[in-house]
Amino acid sequence: MSAAAHVEHGHSDHGDHEHHGPPVPHYSSRIKPETLGMYLFIASEIMLFGSFFTAYFFVRVVNGVPWPTPPYELPVFVAAINTAILMTSSATMHWATVAIKKGNVWGMRAGLTLTFLMGLSFLISQIYEYLRAGFATKDGAFPTIFFTLTGLHGCHVFVGLSILLFMAIRAFRGHFSAEHHHGVEIGGIYWHFVDVMWIVVFATVYLL
Amino acid sequence: MRLRNPLRSEAGMYRFLWIVVGGAIVIVVAALINKWVGVAAAVVFFAALTWWFLHEPVPGSADPPKQVVSETSGGQHRVLVIATPGTESVEVPEGAEVLVVVPALASKLEAATGAVDDRRADAEATAASLGEQLGARAEVGADNPGLAAQDALRVFGADEVLVAGDGEMVDAIRERVAIPVSPV
Repeated sequence: MSAAAHVEHGHSDHGDHEHHGPPVPHYSSRIKPETLGMYLFIASEIMLFGSFFTAYFFVRVVNGVPWPTPPYELPVFVAAINTAILMTSSATMHWATVAIKKGNVWGMRAGLTLTFLMGLSFLISQIYEYLRAGFATKDGAFPTIFFTLTGLHGCHVFVGLSILLFMAIRAFRGHFSAEHHHGVEIGGIYWHFVDVMWIVVFATVYLL
Repeated sequence: MRLRNPLRSEAGMYRFLWIVVGGAIVIVVAALINKWVGVAAAVVFFAALTWWFLHEPVPGSADPPKQVVSETSGGQHRVLVIATPGTESVEVPEGAEVLVVVPALASKLEAATGAVDDRRADAEATAASLGEQLGARAEVGADNPGLAAQDALRVFGADEVLVAGDGEMVDAIRERVAIPVSPV
């Protein structure tokens, strides 16, 4: 094959071993596909939450809408309890990851189960909070922003719970070990990300 | 500059979570004192966070590159040649199996805007010329010489890398590959 042809196709036709199957994937090592996927995911999340926070700041800062708009009140105490639950769930998630890295399968199973239960408690508590809020999205800009921001986060918690459920099932089926626990690691990253977003939501919507 | 990706591992993300918690507490307390104190606290927090990301050492980044002595079985010596576009000739050890890679070097602006067609055309012309001259395979590589060398080594098990370029380029490749790298 001529040099020019090699330039055009950029593949190898030599080597010590005969090659079978599809050609070797040709991609730059500048960024690995899984890392690129994570970056794109995070970028999309930043844009998604960013758009909602933009609406929040526009309503509150630019338009000067009172927060919370009287006569409504925010259930800060319940949200604080929920925050504590979610932070504790991150700790148990971390415990699960540390445990499986040390080969402690039961530690991982206990950690994942506790994390799932606490995540579920958070979601149930949030639904209960919605039902008792005393306002609805039709009641103005404040309730609309409140429900969309906390609801968006709630959707992420639901996705996280789904991931945790599958992780727990796999954990109890013995799929993870000290050497192979990528699924726990990735799920843990997502769960902590959800908690980071909650801290931002809790601080801006409930406390500030 | 090498940055640590705070989201690369569960442990890293867990630590990041508690940093965010700490920052949120500081900002909220400051804002309760005074709105503008809160704004200042937020600015300081984000600046400190950015500084930390930029300056926290990446594990292993200070270690000297590990040198590996690689010998191809059967006595066949393999040489990877990294040549800048415009290189007219390269001398390689006689009898060696050679792969020539010409990085499509582009300026930061060209790379950022994707206007690299002309740079790739230059690289392709050089690659074709060197390939014909050496009777070897020749390819166009990534716009970063170090990455181009890494990419090539994935599919070409070379014993050494010869660099037809300046000292900066040699150093950049040495940072990324573990086999001997020499200028030609």
